[in-house]
Amino acid sequence: MTDHFPGYDVLRKRRTPSWDERTRQAINDRLSVPREPRFLSPELFAILAAACGRIIPQPPDRPPVPVAAMVDTKLFESKRDGYRFASMPEQGEAYRRGLRGFDDAAQSLHGRRFAGLEPAAQDQILASAQKGELDGPAWQGMPSKMFFEHRLLIDAVSAYYAHPTAWSEMGFGGPASPRGYVRMQLNRRDPWEAAEAKPGEEDRVRWENEHV
Amino acid sequence: MSDPMTAPRAINGRAPDVFREGGWVEMRQFSETEAVDFVVIGTGAGGGPLITRLAEQGFSVIGFDAGPYFRPLEDFASDETTQNQLYWLDERIVDGDNPMHMGGNNSGKAVGGSTVHFAMVSLRFRPEWFKSRSLLGYGADWPLDWREMWDYYREAERALSISGPINYPWGPKRPRYPYRAHEMNGAAHVLARGAEAMGYKWTPTPLATVSAPRGDSPPCVYRGFCRFGCSANAKQSQLVAFIPRALAAGAEIRDLAMVGRIETGADGRATGVHYFREGRWRFQRARNVVVAGYAIETPRLLLASANDRYPDGLANSSGLVGRNLMTQSNQGVYGSLKDEVRWNKGPPSLAVTEHWNYEDRKDFFGGYCWMSQGPLPIEWATALTGSLGLWGEALRERMTRYNHQVGLKMVGEMLPNENNRVTLADETDQYGLRIPRITYSWGDNDKVLIQHALGEMQTSLELAGVRDTFRQEDDTNHLAGTARMGSDPGSSVVNSDCRSWDIPNLWVCDGSIFPTTGGVNPSLTISAIALRTADRIKALAARGEL
Ligand SMILES: Cc1cc2nc3c(=O)[nH]c(=O)nc-3n(C[C@H](O)[C@H](O)[C@H](O)COP(=O)(O)OP(=O)(O)OC[C@H]3O[C@@H](n4cnc5c(N)ncnc54)[C@H](O)[C@@H]3O)c2cc1C
Ligand code: SF4
Repeated sequence: MTDHFPGYDVLRKRRTPSWDERTRQAINDRLSVPREPRFLSPELFAILAAACGRIIPQPPDRPPVPVAAMVDTKLFESKRDGYRFASMPEQGEAYRRGLRGFDDAAQSLHGRRFAGLEPAAQDQILASAQKGELDGPAWQGMPSKMFFEHRLLIDAVSAYYAHPTAWSEMGFGGPASPRGYVRMQLNRRDPWEAAEAKPGEEDRVRWENEHV
Repeated sequence: MSDPMTAPRAINGRAPDVFREGGWVEMRQFSETEAVDFVVIGTGAGGGPLITRLAEQGFSVIGFDAGPYFRPLEDFASDETTQNQLYWLDERIVDGDNPMHMGGNNSGKAVGGSTVHFAMVSLRFRPEWFKSRSLLGYGADWPLDWREMWDYYREAERALSISGPINYPWGPKRPRYPYRAHEMNGAAHVLARGAEAMGYKWTPTPLATVSAPRGDSPPCVYRGFCRFGCSANAKQSQLVAFIPRALAAGAEIRDLAMVGRIETGADGRATGVHYFREGRWRFQRARNVVVAGYAIETPRLLLASANDRYPDGLANSSGLVGRNLMTQSNQGVYGSLKDEVRWNKGPPSLAVTEHWNYEDRKDFFGGYCWMSQGPLPIEWATALTGSLGLWGEALRERMTRYNHQVGLKMVGEMLPNENNRVTLADETDQYGLRIPRITYSWGDNDKVLIQHALGEMQTSLELAGVRDTFRQEDDTNHLAGTARMGSDPGSSVVNSDCRSWDIPNLWVCDGSIFPTTGGVNPSLTISAIALRTADRIKALAARGEL
C-alpha cells in the first residue's frame, strides 16, 4: 500500500496546543497497554492475535498497533457496548466460543491450529465466519456471522483506529483541543493537518508533514 | 483530580464549577427525611430545563443522575474511545427483527444526560406533526397546540443560544436565531450543492454551540469532537447551559445516584425514591416525582416499581408503559470526492435540508431531513465494515481516503407500534436491578421511508459530483415513546402537562412522552416541553391542584 501521507506522525503534535493534558494522558495509556493477555488464556490470545492480524494488517513502516492486546484489555476491564443481541452471550464468553470455533475449523480443514495457518487459509476461515458458515460444538449455538460482524470485527477495527499509527497512516488530524481548526473550506489545509502526497510531490509533502 | 466515575462530586454543599478547572460552586442540600417538592430522575434534555425552571420558581428540587458529574475542561479527552465514559453502557438485551444498537448510539449517562454527547442539532417539529393522526392520517395526536410550542421553542432556543440562520427556509415564520450561523465546512457545502441540484432548499443547521462568546462559554473552535464531549465548553449541553443555573437557584444535584424504585403510599401517591449512592441504598422523600430517564430507563423504572397496588408497574393502567418505543432512522449515503474535504473539521452536521416534502406529496407517512456528516476514524471504519463488509487490506486502503469522504445521513420518522417495546429481563445489573429488554422491528412504512430517503440522498450526492457512493442501510439513533402523552387515560400514560393519569404526583418529562417522533432530531422539542411543564406546574400549584 502506498503511503499517502509520507512523514506524517500525529504524535509529533503531542506537545503542541493541539493536545491537551487529558488527551495526552489517554493516548499515553493506550500506547503503554500491556502486551501480554490478562483476560484470555495464552492459547486463545494466540488465535485472537492471528485473526486480528488478518482483519487489520499492520503497516510495515510505522509502529505496530497491539490490536489483540487492546481487545484483551477491553475484555479485562469489562468495557461493554451498552447492549447485547439476544442471540449472543456476554462478550468474554463470545470470544471464548468464537476463537475456539476458529481453531476447530482450522483443525478440521487443515489439521493444524488456526494461528499456524498460512494467511490465505486464515482469511478463508474468517470469510466463512462472516458468511455465517462456521458451526460446531465450540460455538454452542452462537451464530458465527454475529460473532464475526458484531464482536470481532468491530472490536478489532475499533482498536486499530484508536491508535496514532492508524491516524497517521490515514492523514487524520487527530486530537485538536484546544487549538481546533480554522480552514473549513474544501481543499484548505490547516498547517497542523496532514498533507497528502500526489505523485512527484513526496519530498515537499514529507517536509510539510515533519512540521505539523 | 478525583475520578468522576467512582465517587460523587456534588457533595458537602458544593458541586463542580464546570467553567473553572478545579473550581466549585455552592450547592444547597436537602435532607432525606424531609420531603422536597420535586425529585427529578435524570438531568438531560428534559430533566435539565425542568429542574432549573422549577428551582427558579421557588420549588425545592433534587435532580438525580446515575451518571458522573464531569468537568469538561479537565475530564474530556479528544478521543473517541476514552469518551465512551459518556454513554450508558450497562447491559441491555436487544432483539426483534431490527435489534437496536444502544450505548453511544443513543444513551448518555452523565449529569446533563445525552446532551453531553449529542450532536447539537436543534430543530423544531413542523406544526402538523403535533396532529399527525387527524391532519396526516398516521400515528397519534399530541395534546399540545403547535402555536404554544412555537413560543416554548423560542424560549429553549434563547436559553441554549442556538446559532442558526437569519431566515429559516421552511415552516411558519420564526424569529432569527440568537447567535449567527456557523461557518459551513466542505462537507456541508457538498450537501448544499446536491440539494440545489435537486431543487431543494438547504440551510446552515441551527446548532447548540455558540458562534460567539456567551458568559463563560467561548465560541466553538471547530475541533469536531462534539459527540465525544466538548472540552472547550462552547457546546450548550444541559451540563453547561442549565445545570449551573439550577444550582444558582437552589436546586441540588445528586450525581452517581441510581434510582431503582419509586415508592407509593397508602393513598396510592408517590412518596419518594429509593436510590443507590456511595455504596448503599437510600431513600429520599418527595411530594412529587418526575421521571426523566429517557425512553429506555423511564419505562424500566416505572415497571420495576410495581407493587401490590400497581402490579403492572406505576402509571400503567393503560398498559402502554414501555410500548410504542420509537427510534429514528439514521441511514446514510457516503462517497468520495477528488477534493480534500476533511469532514472531521467543525461540528458534524453543519448543513441540513429539511421538509423537502413539506407538502407531503408522497405515498408513505412521516417526514425526514438529512444532514452532512463528519464521522471520526472509528465511527467511519465501523461504518465501512458494517455497510461494505470490508476488512483486511481493503479496509486499510479505503481508510486512507478519509480526507476525501463526504456523506449524508437522514433523521427519519418511524411510526409507533405497540409491539416495539421495553420490558424487564430476568438478568440483573450491578445494582441488582432487572435489565431492560428492547424489542424492535421496522414496519413496512418505515422501510419505504428509508428507501425513499436513501434514494434522494444518493441522487443528490451524485449530482454534487460524488463518486463511489454506497448506502449505510442499518443505523438508528434517537429514542422516543414508551410513556406517551395524550388526551385520554385509556390510550396514553401522561396528559399534556406530563402528569401521569394514574398517580397525580408522578410525572414523566423526557423523550418518552412523544406519541410520534417526527422527522427531525428531538431534543429541542424535549427541552421546550420541559419548560412548558414547569410553567404548568407553577400554574397548577397556584390553583392548589398539585
Ligand atoms: C450520538 C448522539 C447524537 C445526538 N445528536 C442529537 C442532535 O444533534 N440533536 C438532537 O436533538 N438530539 C440528538 N441526540 C438525542 C438527544 O441527545 C436525546 O434525544 C435527548 O438528550 C434525550 O433527552 P432526555 O431528557 O429524554 O434523556 P437524556 O438526555 O438521555 O437524559 C437522561 C438522564 O437520565 C439519567 N437516568 C436514567 N435513568 C436513571 C435512573 N434510574 N436513576 C438516575 N438517573 C437516571 C441518565 O443517566 C441520563 O443522564 C443525540 C443522541 C446521541 C446519542
Ligand atoms: S467543534 Fe465546537 S462544539 Fe464541537 S467539540 Fe469542538 S468546540 Fe465543542
